[in-house]
Amino acid sequence: MKKLTSAPYLLWMIIFVLVPLFMVAYFAFTDSGGAFTLANIIKTKEYAPIFIKSITFAAISTVICLLLAYPLSYILSSMKLSVQGTMLLIIMLPMWMNFLLRTYAWQALLGNNGIINNLLGLIGIGPFKLLNTQGAVILGMVYDYIPFMILPLYTVMAKIDKSITEAAEDLGCSKLQSVIKITVPLSIPGIISGITMVFVPAISTFIISKMLGGSSNLLIGDLIEMQFLGNAYNPNLGAGIALVLMIIILIVMAIINLIDKSDSDDKVLM
Amino acid sequence: MKKVLKYAYLALMTVFLYAPIFVLIVFSFNSTKSHTVMSGFTLKWYFELFSDRIIMSSLVTTVIVAVSASLISTVLGTFAAYGINSMRKLPKTLALNTNNIPIINPEIVTGVSLMLLFVFFAARMHFKMGYITLIIAHITFDTPYVVLNIMPKFRQMDKNLVDAAEDLGCNGMQAFFKVVLPDIFPGVISGFLMAFTFSLDDFIVSYFVSGTSVQTLPITIYSMTRKQVSPKINALSTIIFIVVLTVLITKNVIENKRVKKVQMAVREEIKI
Repeated sequence: MKKLTSAPYLLWMIIFVLVPLFMVAYFAFTDSGGAFTLANIIKTKEYAPIFIKSITFAAISTVICLLLAYPLSYILSSMKLSVQGTMLLIIMLPMWMNFLLRTYAWQALLGNNGIINNLLGLIGIGPFKLLNTQGAVILGMVYDYIPFMILPLYTVMAKIDKSITEAAEDLGCSKLQSVIKITVPLSIPGIISGITMVFVPAISTFIISKMLGGSSNLLIGDLIEMQFLGNAYNPNLGAGIALVLMIIILIVMAIINLIDKSDSDDKVLM
Repeated sequence: MKKVLKYAYLALMTVFLYAPIFVLIVFSFNSTKSHTVMSGFTLKWYFELFSDRIIMSSLVTTVIVAVSASLISTVLGTFAAYGINSMRKLPKTLALNTNNIPIINPEIVTGVSLMLLFVFFAARMHFKMGYITLIIAHITFDTPYVVLNIMPKFRQMDKNLVDAAEDLGCNGMQAFFKVVLPDIFPGVISGFLMAFTFSLDDFIVSYFVSGTSVQTLPITIYSMTRKQVSPKINALSTIIFIVVLTVLITKNVIENKRVKKVQMAVREEIKI
């Protein structure tokens, strides 16, 4: 009897999650007339440079996010408890702004007549071409998605028992050694979820590349969007690209989880 | 020395996170359209914002969609969590994994897959994409978060409570509303709030399923950023920032008060 209460939701999920995903697969393997074909999947090969670019951009911005967010989360988690909540609120507040507005803000900052170039002009350098570059796209990704890295890292680090690091330091570890030997291994679950939470939206974005990358920095997301809502209307090809994107993400996540497994021996402490 | 370094890094990151928003806010008061030179103070962009029909009607759309989607997904998700919790291991794992699909999948795939479904049925059943497809899509990505917020509450709940209620003469419905629901209510509320904020903020999924006749606020913002620079966006950003700031600070204050109350109560008890 109780089990039946979940029936409406399960039915909902079948109709609006599983069936649509099945339709993506169906469209990917058919042509516009509905006949079976591999042409869509084969055609994605032509877009290999765009795929490689998207993977590279997403990977670079994920690494930068990790490098920037790790010390930040460490500092946050080592602060006094009463200050931690307020600091976390301050750090996470920009995340609650719509990401379109945050990306738009960088558009205004990076333009040829933007503030950054104007400031540089005051000390006599520039103007540089900042907007519509690869760097701008990566900067946008880092800025938009870094909260997704900070939050899981902070959550994991705040839970680490301080007495463990204290014990390590009592036993002769330096501060740096205790971070490398205690904090990093114990925060691996946070690192893993941070990486996925940044990498997945970064590899599939079409807004950041459009707003900050100009026309020369197309990513997978732009490619998909163009097939469904753009001039190049071709949902079969779009579904094919989306399918390949999902497979890439699954592979990346499997690799990351492998790292997690191989480290599980060290996680006895948890 | 080390402390100085710590605070310097913290300050630097805060500047990085806030500088772009700060610039948006400052230039919302600029009398010209420039994003570089402040030429004078004005509120005209705010007046223009409030008299912009498209922005105001898309704001109304956003609120209608977010309220209805989050309410429906809260009801759907609460009953779902109740049922999933009492399942045996295998169906439970299956249900929870399906629940995770919209969370793990990139939003563009969720958007595109729903668009394929809607286009397919719109052609056969003669309806247009708009409010209904938007609300259905939002329910689809909202409900998993409601379920995830409520599941832990069920795990903490004493299973004997429901049995006791039924022994004492409650039927299944009564037991749910009188015993279960009050117990899991904090999870229901946080699930609802999460669903509501995700709905308000969503752009990518809405972009694919809204059709041509209906626009949510993020879609309007997107089309504004594609055209020329308009300080109306800055004014809108400023207002959203102030709203977010107020809500988060209020939430923080309320939570701190609750924590203090609990601490006080614990202290009182220790004294006795």
